[in-house]
Amino acid sequence: MKKLLLGNEALAQAAIDAGISGVYAYPGTPSTEITTYIQNSPIAKELKIHSNWSVNEKTAMEAALGMSYAGKRSMTVMKHVGLNVAADVFMNMSVSGINGGLVVVVADDPSMHSSQNEQDSRYYGKFALIPILEPSNQQEAYDITKHAFLLSEKTGLPIMVRMVTRLSHSRSGVETGKRELQNNINLSKNPHQFQLIPVHARNRYQHLIDIQTNSRENSENSNFNKFIDGSNKSMGIIAAGIAFNYVMENFEDGNCPYPILKISQYPLPKRKVKQLFDTCEKILVLEDGYPFIEELVSDFLGENKKVIGRLSGHLNRVGELNPDNISKALGFTQIKPKEIPNIVTARPPELCVGCGHRDLFNAINELGKENNDQKVFGDIGCYALGVLPPFNSINTLIDMGASITMAKGASDAGIHPAIAIIGDSTFTHSGMTGLLEAVVENTKMTVIISDNSAIAMTGAQDSSASGRLVTICKGIGVDPEHLKVLTPLHKNLEENIELIRNEINYDGVSVIISQRPCVQLSKEKKDNIKHLLEIAIN
Amino acid sequence: MKINIILAGVGGQGILTIAAVLDTAALASNLNIKQSEVHGMSQRGGAVESHVRISDKVIFSDLIPQGKADMIISVEPMELLRYLPFLKKDGLLVTDSNPFLNVSKYPDLEELYTEIQSYPNSILVNAQKIAKDLGNSRATNIVLLGAASSQLPLSDDCLQQAIKTLFERKGEKIVAKNLEAFEKGKEIAKEIFSKNVIL
Repeated sequence: MKKLLLGNEALAQAAIDAGISGVYAYPGTPSTEITTYIQNSPIAKELKIHSNWSVNEKTAMEAALGMSYAGKRSMTVMKHVGLNVAADVFMNMSVSGINGGLVVVVADDPSMHSSQNEQDSRYYGKFALIPILEPSNQQEAYDITKHAFLLSEKTGLPIMVRMVTRLSHSRSGVETGKRELQNNINLSKNPHQFQLIPVHARNRYQHLIDIQTNSRENSENSNFNKFIDGSNKSMGIIAAGIAFNYVMENFEDGNCPYPILKISQYPLPKRKVKQLFDTCEKILVLEDGYPFIEELVSDFLGENKKVIGRLSGHLNRVGELNPDNISKALGFTQIKPKEIPNIVTARPPELCVGCGHRDLFNAINELGKENNDQKVFGDIGCYALGVLPPFNSINTLIDMGASITMAKGASDAGIHPAIAIIGDSTFTHSGMTGLLEAVVENTKMTVIISDNSAIAMTGAQDSSASGRLVTICKGIGVDPEHLKVLTPLHKNLEENIELIRNEINYDGVSVIISQRPCVQLSKEKKDNIKHLLEIAIN
Repeated sequence: MKINIILAGVGGQGILTIAAVLDTAALASNLNIKQSEVHGMSQRGGAVESHVRISDKVIFSDLIPQGKADMIISVEPMELLRYLPFLKKDGLLVTDSNPFLNVSKYPDLEELYTEIQSYPNSILVNAQKIAKDLGNSRATNIVLLGAASSQLPLSDDCLQQAIKTLFERKGEKIVAKNLEAFEKGKEIAKEIFSKNVIL
């Protein structure tokens, strides 16, 4: 019987069935369930597949490369902005190439459901000169991922699998196949493959360039790229990944009269594209994310009006695709939908009742009343909701770790008080290096680590920071006199305000750990955290 | 055969349990399913929706196009109305009547109920009370599913079996309560439909 799986789960099952020995990842919507599926899989446990969370996406990808170096298959998983963090290793491991099959899964978030941008990872894949696979449905997420490991070992390259939110988080019946055995340790025959000093790197880069024609040929012959002919040649359609479904949705039983080129493997197959161009009067390009294909196949000046899509303005440039905006692009008459009655008000997300971040924001807002110049630099996590009413506590929110470094730069510029608010897991992900910078210069600023001992926003996964924050801060060199711990509870409001006020007034860097476990955590996890804190060297 | 259902509510209210019952029942009936859900930031007390599509043919889109939903089942009355653009002409509306009050400008309840009842096929029911009276207030969602069940292309047997499968690990008592909740929902809908000449 088919298994009912999220796109993410289908992908994860495929990785297990492809014989991976490890998955390395940091949680991030919409990618999280891929790793949690493997963590919860009894068979993965039995096979001892590594699946613990990594500290960030860079450490994750490097560990995956280390496993590949040993000859075993590995997968690394992240959300689109996570790839920015891992970009260093990502760009270089396409030059070194891989040994055991290595798949990089990146889940993009068009429409920014849970993200700060909608960057399109296909540009990264192209940048690194590696093949990209983009499934259109749950079954394909399974089939493509299994294939990705074979392709990786065949080409010697890491392979990117690009997901989007709507596929990641939609369920369907999936037929799974047989499971491959894991690889044994088997090192590369070329001792210089992973030694990217210039003399070897030049050779590797030349090799990467030389095999580009093979990659394109693989795309030309890929079963995942399908040319489906149609009788109406007034228009040809290029539909990438999930966009293919939205096109088909618009025709009864998927009987589309136009020729369609479905794209699920890159680099773009040139001959197939040419076939469409030669036979059709104009070309409609449908792709979720940026106009990646459209830009490739359009002329720079846009004077050749043959290609239409997001770039030409025939589709929304911003936000995800759906059956409705594609229906418009296909030229169908639109029936006016019912309207949402005026009495319906917006219901944005909010911090949970009883959440410790709430009590912290209350204290910070009281201090803000005392000093109008106070600026609060926020970070990525549940506490980002402090940007919204009723708190309106946070002035900036850019990327993982930016709270501390932006507060430093603002302090250097003369802003005072400069307060950084960062979660425990975000701190270990990308905050520690910034704190070291502030310590080196003893910058006048206050770092508040809002420690709920979980990666809460993505579903309360274990945080690498649990029980280690005081030790880490001391190790980085924070003056113990200005390293404080408080408990964010309403009954402590006055003393917490007093404590933060004192540190704000200190002429140097101070760190305050605001410590209370996430209310979403089970009692078992809370007890475990309590234990970790007790054994920590405080 | 093809049905499009939108499930609506506030993060944490359990719309995915309704989705899971529908999915399980459909899979057991050898039907195709696509069911989208919301993870991430909105789950924290924000508006959440799930698109459930069941068909004996291939289903392409994970999302239901506007104006193509056969029904909206909502665990919260204002959330029901948020998805009206998806409802087809004379589509079915099923909702619990209890507001989830975490927004400052929540509409006047009388006005909200009047609006809901202005749609020809609407079932506005205090499912929470029914579930509570049964001794399991968490079964509100299953009462609503029961209320919608006569309009689903899935047999009662099949839906009841799915409820059993899903709640099995929580013990017999929870299974029984949910089956009762399903039955109560059915009864209430029958009563409302019998008074409603339009349907």
